[in-house]
Amino acid sequence: MAGKTLYDKIWDAHVVRSEAGGTTLLYIDRHLVHEVTSAQAFDGLRLAGRSPWRVDAALAVADHNVPTTDRSQGIDDPVSRAQVEALDKNCAEFGIIEFDMADVRQGIVHVIGPEQGATLPGMTVVCGDSHTSTHGAFGALAFGIGTSEVEHVLATQCLIQKKANNMLIDVDGETPMGITAKDIVLAIIGKIGTAGGTGCTLEFGGQAIRALSMEGRMTVCNMSIEAGARAGLIGVDQTTVEYVRGRPFAPKGKLWEQAIAAWQDLRSDADAKFDRVVHIDAATIKPQVTWGTSPQMVAPIDGRIPDPGAEADPIKREWMERALKYMDLPPGTGITEIKLDKVFIGSCTNGRIEDLRAAADVVRGRKVAANIKLAMVVPGSGLVKRQAEDEGLDQVFKKAGFEWREPGCSMCLGMNADQLGPGERCASTSNRNFEGRQGKGGRTHLVSPAMAAAAAIAGHFVDVREWH
Amino acid sequence: MEKFEKWTGLVAPIDHSNVDTDAIIPKQFLRSIHRTGFGPNLFDEWRYLDHGAPGKDNSKRPLNPKFVLNNKRYQGASILLARENFGCGSSREHAVWALEEYGFRVIISPSFADIFYNNCFKNGVLALVLDAQTIDGLFKDIAATPGYSLTVDLAAQTVTTPGGASFTFKVDEFRKHCLLNGLDDIGLTLQHAADIMAYEKRRRTEAPWLFPA
Repeated sequence: MAGKTLYDKIWDAHVVRSEAGGTTLLYIDRHLVHEVTSAQAFDGLRLAGRSPWRVDAALAVADHNVPTTDRSQGIDDPVSRAQVEALDKNCAEFGIIEFDMADVRQGIVHVIGPEQGATLPGMTVVCGDSHTSTHGAFGALAFGIGTSEVEHVLATQCLIQKKANNMLIDVDGETPMGITAKDIVLAIIGKIGTAGGTGCTLEFGGQAIRALSMEGRMTVCNMSIEAGARAGLIGVDQTTVEYVRGRPFAPKGKLWEQAIAAWQDLRSDADAKFDRVVHIDAATIKPQVTWGTSPQMVAPIDGRIPDPGAEADPIKREWMERALKYMDLPPGTGITEIKLDKVFIGSCTNGRIEDLRAAADVVRGRKVAANIKLAMVVPGSGLVKRQAEDEGLDQVFKKAGFEWREPGCSMCLGMNADQLGPGERCASTSNRNFEGRQGKGGRTHLVSPAMAAAAAIAGHFVDVREWH
Repeated sequence: MEKFEKWTGLVAPIDHSNVDTDAIIPKQFLRSIHRTGFGPNLFDEWRYLDHGAPGKDNSKRPLNPKFVLNNKRYQGASILLARENFGCGSSREHAVWALEEYGFRVIISPSFADIFYNNCFKNGVLALVLDAQTIDGLFKDIAATPGYSLTVDLAAQTVTTPGGASFTFKVDEFRKHCLLNGLDDIGLTLQHAADIMAYEKRRRTEAPWLFPA
């Protein structure tokens, strides 16, 4: 019998019952909750007279809709305020732990889960947010769900699921100097496409993935959903264990010893069978910049905007033409010729301490270019912000002309006041470059933190490898 | 949830691939804490010429005449035809709420993003997969025939054209059962409460760190 993949192992350990045809009741260990996708689920519970199955499995935080400017006076916008207050009220009523807006532990849900040790290897983790795939970096099966499923998990601690296929993304070889986790994952999406992982759980393996820090691994798993996969996984090793050790929600003492012994098995068996395998040679990866309105539309920094005319498939051609019209970029334009208006460093993809350090290293002693109207850094959590300030990174950014903000999702999706205006072009460390994502008519280019920082200084995209 | 058995309706074509949930319902409308009210803002940035915001009177806003759903011949459409990877991106169920409230009961595409597909079935909306070639044919027929409608029979798993041509589609048996009967799946799961408790009891021994006191 063939061995098991990591996904097979976590799945099998969480099956409560399964029906003929593969419909499975899957147990959920950790439920992360935020303000945007939960209010209607709590209402549903109340309407049906149900109570949460297990409140200690839930952890809540407001992140999408919070201001990143001074919050001491609360939220100005009455609609946003009502949503955040609804979360506070629901958590208080049902007894769910919540980090409120004034709590230093508040931040983006996918940053604080791991930071608190609330995400543990081998867990099933869900949240009403597609970037829940982030937590797969810990060898946890983590995926985004809709509001009906949020209610289902609250009421039953389970989800009705069917097992996905196993797909291995093997990134082998040594990653060149100046190439980050963001470049790796954008290169993967460029190769397999935005629907390349649909119906699959991805596992990222190979030397280049093993060499990444936990922050880097989270960046890679975070964008699994941009390749169409609800979940992305990385096997557990010493890097994982060392990150989790000592965090507030992590097991302690004897339980810790027991847990780390069990976690040793959280990797795919050598003879595990994958439904699909994709190989990428890390040595060939260059700094990546998206040029269109899908993360799949990506080019290396020394590349050019492709010509839709050269695309044979009429549906793809229409898609590319539409994207380039929206982005206002003629085919053949060099990526380094693209001038920018705004720069955003933050998000659940790249708002962690390592990301801020990488950006600060590029910015140190330099100034934001005159054509950049706004360059902002939004730490992923209050604790990331404090750590960065302890290291003096806030001063590096401020001296260069960046704004230094309070934690939250911010301009990644522009639900709060942080948005692009029509036609504005932004270098962003976030995860989606869809039409209107950062503001109606706004044009987003996805890049790594170092690339975004360098673009802020130069005023256009530059090859950060030449700056090292 | 409303039952879905058989449905005949006017078809509106959205001739784009990779329509994402940000396009289906833009973020500013996600600030609502209600489950209704999203229909007038479905495809807001494509549908209107100005910038939409919660609380704005949508009936007074300038419509984009180039957007297909504003075309007179598609008024009252309840079946949406789209290209591949429909519903990619965010997990926002608001996207399905907006489509459903606008009047769509069926969405036909060569492929759907996983989370969106799942969300449809939780709201009585049938996300229906046909092969790309069949869909290409349907786009052409719709363009050529004003008032083009389709009949979808979930029990028989067929889509029938006005000309009488019929295509079969696949759907998971459990999803089909829930949709045909309008079942609340939380209620179904709670029928297995004893199994959930037995699972928890076993896991408390196997992995006690997952159950802090």
